[in-house]
Amino acid sequence: MILEKNKQSFMSNDIRIRRGAQLKLRGQAEKILNVAEPSKTYALQPDDFFATTPKLAVREGDQVAQGTPIFFDKKDPRIQFVSPVSGVVQAVVRGAKRKILKVVIAAEGNRQQKHNVSAENRSSREQIIDLLLTSGCWPFIKQRPYDVVANPDDKPQAILVSTYATAPLDVDFEFLLKNNKAEFQAGLDVLTKLTDGSVFLTYDNSFGGFFTEVQNVKPISVKGPHPAGDPSVQIQKLCPINSGDRVWIVRPEDVVNIGRFFETGIYDGQRTVAIAGNAVAAPQYFQTKIGAEIAPFLDIAQMDTSRPVRVINGNVLTGAAIASDGHIGFYNNLVSVIPEGNHYRMFGWLPFVGNHIPSLSNTSLSWLFGKKGYEVDTNLNGEERALVVTGEMEKVFPMDIYPMQLLKACMVEDIEKMEALGIYEVVSEDFGLIDYANTSKIEAQEIIRKGIELMIKEVG
Amino acid sequence: MEFLRNRLDTLKKPFAKGEKLEKFAPAINAFDTFLFVPNHTTQKGAHIRDAVDLKRTMVTVIIALLPALVYGIYNTGYQYYSQTGETFTFLDAFIHGAWKIVPMIAVSYIVGLTIEFAFAIYRGHEVNEGYLVTGLLIPMIMPVDIPLWMVALSVAFAVLIAKEAFGGTGMNILNPALTARAFAFFAYPTYMSGNKVWVSEAGAVDGISGETILGTLAAGGQVNYSVFEMFQGAIPGSIAETSTLWVLAGALVLIATGVASWRIMVGGVLGAASIGFLFNLWGANALMSFSWMNHLVVGGFAFGIVFMATDPVSAAQTQKGKWIYGFLVGVFCILIRVFNPAYPEGVMLAILLMNVFAPTIDHYVVEGNISKRKKRWASAQLKTA
Repeated sequence: MILEKNKQSFMSNDIRIRRGAQLKLRGQAEKILNVAEPSKTYALQPDDFFATTPKLAVREGDQVAQGTPIFFDKKDPRIQFVSPVSGVVQAVVRGAKRKILKVVIAAEGNRQQKHNVSAENRSSREQIIDLLLTSGCWPFIKQRPYDVVANPDDKPQAILVSTYATAPLDVDFEFLLKNNKAEFQAGLDVLTKLTDGSVFLTYDNSFGGFFTEVQNVKPISVKGPHPAGDPSVQIQKLCPINSGDRVWIVRPEDVVNIGRFFETGIYDGQRTVAIAGNAVAAPQYFQTKIGAEIAPFLDIAQMDTSRPVRVINGNVLTGAAIASDGHIGFYNNLVSVIPEGNHYRMFGWLPFVGNHIPSLSNTSLSWLFGKKGYEVDTNLNGEERALVVTGEMEKVFPMDIYPMQLLKACMVEDIEKMEALGIYEVVSEDFGLIDYANTSKIEAQEIIRKGIELMIKEVG
Repeated sequence: MEFLRNRLDTLKKPFAKGEKLEKFAPAINAFDTFLFVPNHTTQKGAHIRDAVDLKRTMVTVIIALLPALVYGIYNTGYQYYSQTGETFTFLDAFIHGAWKIVPMIAVSYIVGLTIEFAFAIYRGHEVNEGYLVTGLLIPMIMPVDIPLWMVALSVAFAVLIAKEAFGGTGMNILNPALTARAFAFFAYPTYMSGNKVWVSEAGAVDGISGETILGTLAAGGQVNYSVFEMFQGAIPGSIAETSTLWVLAGALVLIATGVASWRIMVGGVLGAASIGFLFNLWGANALMSFSWMNHLVVGGFAFGIVFMATDPVSAAQTQKGKWIYGFLVGVFCILIRVFNPAYPEGVMLAILLMNVFAPTIDHYVVEGNISKRKKRWASAQLKTA
């Protein structure tokens, strides 16, 4: 009887997602963890921090230690973005209107900024927040709504750590963190001090690994196709965001980084990335630091150099394209490499033609050809058209939100409607599958991103 | 293929940005994209994209229309020869029908696409593929002997007033093909109803009996067709709507490929069947006591619910809304048939009526989601207060 009751309460903690799509692509990273040679240069890229305006704290040629602030948020100077390594500021790369694209640091020496993390210096919530801010760990904490760096003055309803990565080619956090179990627990213990609500730890229902043994958190098993691993989907099931609510999100490896900081007093932005995709012959994992150069990893992973490829910081649905001599983004554990698709296909628009291209539509037989995973490229497979087909967005969007109506509200900038239709509960990446699947090739993520920018400007 | 591609690329040079014919680029692009899926790559958003596009979707609808069209062409000849009493083969009937119908399709496409191209160039967007379906639907739902200039005028009216005036593809409230038919129906009633228009060259035949089944019933007459004839479609009617059998084949294509909403179709059949059943119980006149099952196979109901009501732009857009919308199309179709003898076939007006109400249905469905969210906010505020 008691057993049964326990079972039931456990079941009610589970998240089951039905709508969505698991795209199986070729080039999933093999579970080989390379501890990489230290990179020559590291870069911080302000575009990784949505809606943050950077204000530089250093100049070209300045000596910096590991943990020295490089820039801070113009709106809240307490939020600092620090150097991942000791070295010299080599370049501040700017784009149009002098916008800072990246700050490149040449690694050199072994200077480290040390903070006092003794027990009496971290006894209160305020002290912990202060340490997180001054150390440069704060940007690891992101806030919903809007997917921006959290506001230190807020008290979140809950904190979510999702270890279930469902995007195409995405990483296995169980494998990725297998050497960091203690620091992961330490990091979670710190996070529990930041909220009066719960710290939710979500994990893959089929295999939770060591995540099921973690203490002081609410474990939630998640089952279902992508985007089941996306925080928005999980938050709507766990603690839906109301107007004015805040939920914080920390990525699993950043929990480790926070835990390690509170053990050593030194900011150490560890970053494990999987280099994956059908344009690399030996996809695998590399352990390095935030902002490292990608090129050496692409070499080891044997990137296809015989044809043009696209290197993507993140997954193929939501990531950002970068040059192959670029640097790893702040938040991503995955670099996807796929061939460019600037080729023509004769009569490719006929139904049941081109079945090698993964398709969720029944006008293709691609479902017969995907057992070993699909080879993909960046072809648009058509052209942008007016919105005609209905119902296809809902099929890949598991949230209790009308995606097409929300997109239309964003297009006409109707703030009241956007709010009513649930703009606070989504971020642009939730629309990655809609970008992929919609017949009219509408840029849904772009529309939502602009909508959220408008909300930040008008509502805050 | 390489050769063709190179020729096309040279041909397209004067249409490139900054060149002389830049404004006319949508026109040449429309032809190019029919030969080749373009080499465009993703620039923002998701880096990979599904193989489906609007062209493929529309072509699938055309494939689904073909069985009904081919049968419609044959039936045109069949009706003609069976009235004149001549002996004929399948081929004779098909040729007679094709002789009548191919020019109608040509006129529809030429007029409609000319307007579409003109608007694409004027507005500076690419030509949308929607008209490929509309342009085929319009002749398929006309009486066979309608003069070609009336087809042209109806097409022009539909594309200009029902579609472009609302902002073009994706923005129209009414189904353009049905608008074309409604235009012809009200502008030239003598060509669109009665007992002379459903059989080709009927005027030249003595003692014609080319009344549609619904027309016969509305006039209080006796129906001389078996249920199987009604289902298989060897009956008078608009060109391609008579055969429920071949319309069903198209429905299967649309449902299997997921191109049209099965919810609307099932909802429509449920709606028509249930109100038909109620009328059967009442049974006050010939149309009321006409079996609800027969209601489903006669007239344009099957064609309308499969190919017209499911037009995603003018139908309801939410999943729940599609059920309601489809159901009401079915209900109104039978209501109009039974209660309004001036319009023996109700499906056209039922769909147009529901087109107008579809946004309202969606509004209430979405409003349900909104009020649920607002309630949640309110209760959260109570808790924190």
